[in-house]
Amino acid sequence: MSAENYVLYEKKKLPAKLGLIGWGLLIVGIVLMAVAYLVTPERALFDNIFALMALMSLGFGTLFLIALEHIVGSDWSVPFRRIAEILAAVLFAGPILAIPLWLNFDQIFIWTNEAVMDADKYIAGKAPYLNEPFFWARSLAVFLLMFLFYWLITKASFKLDKKGLSIGAWKLNPAFSALFMPVFAITITVFAIDWVMTLSPKWFSTIFGVYYFAGSVLMALAVMTIFSINLQEKGYISKYITQDHYYNFGALMFAFVNFWAYIAFSQFLLIWYANIPDEVMWYQTRMDGGWEFVSLGLIFIKFGIPYMLLVTRPSKSDPFRLKLIAAWIIFAHLYDLYWMILPEFTKIYGIEGPVFGWQELAVPILIAGFTIVVFSIVGKNKNLMPVNDPKFVKGLEFHL
Amino acid sequence: MKNNVLYGISGIFNTPDEIMGASKATVKEGYKKFDTHTPYPVHGLEKAMNLKRSPLGYFAFFLGTTGLVVALLFMYWTMVVDYPMNIGGKPQFPLPAFIPVTFEVTVLLASVGTVSGMIVLLFKFPNNRHPLHDTEYMTKVSSDKYGLIIEADDEKFDEESARAFLEKLGAVDIQNIYYDEEEFSYKHKVLDPKFVGGLAMIAIVTSGATYFVLNKLLWMEPFTWMQYQPRYSAMAPTDFFDDGFSMRVPVEGTVARGFKPYAYAKMPDSAAKYMVNPLQPTERNLNVGERKYNIYCSPCHDYQGSGQARLNGQFPNPPSLHSAKVRDWEDGSIYHVITDGQNTMPSYASQLSVEERWQVVLYVRALQRALNAKEEDLQ
Repeated sequence: MSAENYVLYEKKKLPAKLGLIGWGLLIVGIVLMAVAYLVTPERALFDNIFALMALMSLGFGTLFLIALEHIVGSDWSVPFRRIAEILAAVLFAGPILAIPLWLNFDQIFIWTNEAVMDADKYIAGKAPYLNEPFFWARSLAVFLLMFLFYWLITKASFKLDKKGLSIGAWKLNPAFSALFMPVFAITITVFAIDWVMTLSPKWFSTIFGVYYFAGSVLMALAVMTIFSINLQEKGYISKYITQDHYYNFGALMFAFVNFWAYIAFSQFLLIWYANIPDEVMWYQTRMDGGWEFVSLGLIFIKFGIPYMLLVTRPSKSDPFRLKLIAAWIIFAHLYDLYWMILPEFTKIYGIEGPVFGWQELAVPILIAGFTIVVFSIVGKNKNLMPVNDPKFVKGLEFHL
Repeated sequence: MKNNVLYGISGIFNTPDEIMGASKATVKEGYKKFDTHTPYPVHGLEKAMNLKRSPLGYFAFFLGTTGLVVALLFMYWTMVVDYPMNIGGKPQFPLPAFIPVTFEVTVLLASVGTVSGMIVLLFKFPNNRHPLHDTEYMTKVSSDKYGLIIEADDEKFDEESARAFLEKLGAVDIQNIYYDEEEFSYKHKVLDPKFVGGLAMIAIVTSGATYFVLNKLLWMEPFTWMQYQPRYSAMAPTDFFDDGFSMRVPVEGTVARGFKPYAYAKMPDSAAKYMVNPLQPTERNLNVGERKYNIYCSPCHDYQGSGQARLNGQFPNPPSLHSAKVRDWEDGSIYHVITDGQNTMPSYASQLSVEERWQVVLYVRALQRALNAKEEDLQ
């Protein structure tokens, strides 16, 4: 196979329908969210965090996968890198979702309340970290660092479309990616701790950032799988992508399902075993008054069922099955985030048991809208595959 | 027994693409029993050869599930049913604490079982011979060539046509491969006495050598069962405490497990009136009573209760237990004297448990009855 004899990739404009669907979903999501803010403002704030974490986990995950490819120099993922690069632009939608939260800061985080700080010396001891100016500075820094590295890591790749390959710029990719990794490790930890862990300010878990990271990579892989398979079925990306390529998505999802379970269990076992009140309270909230069923469900939804679905080889390579499994994994990640965030709402406002309603349904609609809109805007005039990439043909030729 | 039986006809190819094409053509031609050999895994060859999916995955899954169930049941039996232990106030069946071990056993059984299952079932271990060993063909395909061999067992096999077919495919160095039927047996030999004997020998020699080296040669004990510990004997002096005693006095107010204070202390009349011996004069009770009596009571009271005992003269002599006064006592009074003491006799409450005191009472009654038998005893 060589590029001269075969048409490896033919540029086809994304249909206007995609943008319409995206905007439709986005508007429905925003309207639902706005109504939620009017009807149940406190609950809407928590759903807003839920949406922010879900959308950012897609951005974090895809950017991580791009950087990982540059560092390890993998071949098979090259044809899919452009899809990841376009999807990672959802990072720029993060601040939009964070604005309402910044405006209603005092109502979400109980540590902003002086009385709570004074009542508990453990929370008061965290004052150097948990104070409004520093929180603002941290979340701004996270967003700005992500934007900076998004630009650094993708600029050479986006230039391939118009100007072709420039070796000098291309050689910097691994360097930027390697620089990105430690920054990424710290920012995703800080982000997860700031927006989710401090909802319960007394509680702490050192593995929390890794927990969110495992879910984020799962989310990124699942969304990329769905986009890649659908785009290929409709002929927007190369027909030379085979089941062997998709097998890698399946295998990576399988790996991260297990990794997530490992991390989640490690976090739970240590806290459960030590049984120290300050640590166990977080799980106590999730094991009382109806939440225990949600917690039990998490084991099966995010580990048991995906594990059984992905364990055989044919289900890892069959695109149709893989698409369904990826959809399930997206659902499982949202379920996980729901389980992390909403129990704090019921605890703070003294509501008995789990809550689920149209306010929560707004979240998946909203993030699906954001993802599709971002994809249609960013991907509008771009190739959907990095055609001039030096490893592009090698990546297409990949087989197990 | 025949020598030089035809195993198959082999052909050598030079590139992986050729072997792919040749495999597809061989399947198309209708041969079912043929094999390919390559110096490294050529991906997609299993599809070209039209091989069935390996059952090894199911094997591993089954073994892993077995490991999971066995580990959980084992821990459930040992820690919940047979010898219930509660550690750290956890639930009686602390599932999360069992998960790491369950995971390990699952992985262990799945991996070890799969590998040994593959070696025994598929490679027919311990039969380690194969007709292709020590052939020129094997030398070539394990360095830089790609080989295909059509086996003589195939129903479509015919020496002439197979040779012609390989030539048509473009194979070089086509050769007939023979084997010695006596030498190569396809039977499983797991229960072969030689093999089992060998395994047993290995086990005996290994454990014997380990025992000898560790216990005799190195003078090291593999298990010390915690017998060497930094500790003080009960009566040994110590520098650790200011008073120099190793044994410590229990905290004030400490009572033993199951301890109940004596209700009739300093009240011999009430003891006689309200207490009844709860024990029956069974053989076991009398035996225990006799032993305890001989240990604790006989130094002063004598083995028969006469009061003329080995400590005679060094200690005030106690009155005889056979006096009419003592014989008319209620059981409760004897119990009271043992528990509380009387005159110079100290309390034996710390030496004898409640049950043992009543057993001693039974034995004292038996002694009295032996010297002053009733009419009906003689009949």
